[in-house]
Amino acid sequence: MTNIGSIISIVGVLIGLLIILIYSLKGRDIDRRVIFLFIFLSVAFAILFNIEFKESPTPIVRAVFDKIENMPPGSRVLLSFDYDPAMKPEVGPMANSFVRHCMAKGHKLYLMTLWATGHALMIESIEEVLKPEFPDAVYGTDYTSLSFKAGGVGVLNVIVTDFQKMYPTDDNNTELSELPIFEGVKSATNMDLILPIGGGFPGPKEWILFIGDPGNVPVAPGLAAVVAPQIYPYYPKQAIGLLGGVKGAAEYESELRQRYPQFQDSEATALKMMGPQTMAHIVVMAFIIIGNISYFRSRRKNIDA
Amino acid sequence: MKRIIPVIITSVVGIVLILSVFFPMAQTIGEDFSLFFDIIAVFAFFLGGGNLVRIHIIKVYRKRPDWGFSIVTLTGFFLTLVFGMLKVGGENIATSVIAEGTVLKIIFDNVIAPLSATMYSLLAFFVASASYRAFRAKNREATILLIAAFIILLGRTPLGMALTGWIPESFSVLQIPNLAVWIMNGPNLAGQRAILIGVGLGVVSMSLRLILGMERTYLGSDND
Repeated sequence: MTNIGSIISIVGVLIGLLIILIYSLKGRDIDRRVIFLFIFLSVAFAILFNIEFKESPTPIVRAVFDKIENMPPGSRVLLSFDYDPAMKPEVGPMANSFVRHCMAKGHKLYLMTLWATGHALMIESIEEVLKPEFPDAVYGTDYTSLSFKAGGVGVLNVIVTDFQKMYPTDDNNTELSELPIFEGVKSATNMDLILPIGGGFPGPKEWILFIGDPGNVPVAPGLAAVVAPQIYPYYPKQAIGLLGGVKGAAEYESELRQRYPQFQDSEATALKMMGPQTMAHIVVMAFIIIGNISYFRSRRKNIDA
Repeated sequence: MKRIIPVIITSVVGIVLILSVFFPMAQTIGEDFSLFFDIIAVFAFFLGGGNLVRIHIIKVYRKRPDWGFSIVTLTGFFLTLVFGMLKVGGENIATSVIAEGTVLKIIFDNVIAPLSATMYSLLAFFVASASYRAFRAKNREATILLIAAFIILLGRTPLGMALTGWIPESFSVLQIPNLAVWIMNGPNLAGQRAILIGVGLGVVSMSLRLILGMERTYLGSDND
């Protein structure tokens, strides 16, 4: 049924695009509402019929996966939720995948956020992924969460030398010195890996500039697609790898599922989202072609006239 | 005085922060200044909130265009502020503001999250419309941009591999996903690096102008 639905919807969209192509061959321009309608239909069909594609990790994503995979159990991993609900559909799956992977490997997880809106999303990850899927994980020993602090880059400037100066207590008002997970941890430079997730300011770029590079700590950011190109100059030295947009998240999810059968039934949001994104991309590309055909037709008409 | 004192503070802080990087004995002062910065950042919330309220109250009072939306903004602002400060719905005042059951958490989950996601999702429609109009092969540069965009778009979908997966491994660089990676790692990286170096030099020169008191636009106006 799903396959039939998928085929019918793809064929339907393609027929529609063909009609518009014929329309544009006559040199007519297309109303933007038609474009909106096609984007809506393509995304809606992909969601309705659950169109999914296979993914395999590109080297830049695999580098992140392999780093987490090859670190000895008990390594310290800092995960920063530097995003808001608007960015959540795109980068939220990365956070959940990182939580799953780190906990499965037995790493110590330090969760924090530089965004006020990131705090609720961090709690969401703990409540919906960490606690149900890893019921044996002990707070304060296996993982911890720090509340939001104002200051952005200022926060990073402090924790690069001393955590407790900035965070005297954790999310539950427990002093950091009382938590076993903070034994031997003075600053962010004591981390074995930093996984900043986001796409705004302050975000992954600031983690590289203010913590990763001066503190010589490996950083592997998860990024919204629009900012991923800006972080490429830091790869592979300051950023050991990176996840860019839904595609990066989907690649990571597929690798995680392949290597860890226990996550086969876990929610793979990014893999699900690749269907609608692919359909939308196809429609955008079709409209670029149609737009150019229309442009050349009208230019030829003007020359002939 | 109103202008000289902020300039002196800026200069002193700037010089100390520079020294803290190069001289270990000044490092702790630099850390303390970072803490002061965080305290100041908290005051910025008050300043931002106060400014928002002031602007919208004036808009409502003077019945400026779309003043009805300002009422919505002010209502939302004050309700959220009260619910958050009083931890309404929480067990006690020590409860986390976003603990399960608090009104602020309900607002976050049912208003802020869906509205933010909707606004962000609308980008897809505008990007599609803009692509249709902007990506036209009008000249050589536009054609290069168009081809690059096309490869990136294809490379970010499984369709790219489906179309060029047949290319032998020895020529795998010609597979669209790998071409997309090459564009990001080659031309994009070169461009981004140049921008970053330019921005870095700009920051250095602007910082020096601030420390030396030559740049005063941050004081509100440049008329001394």
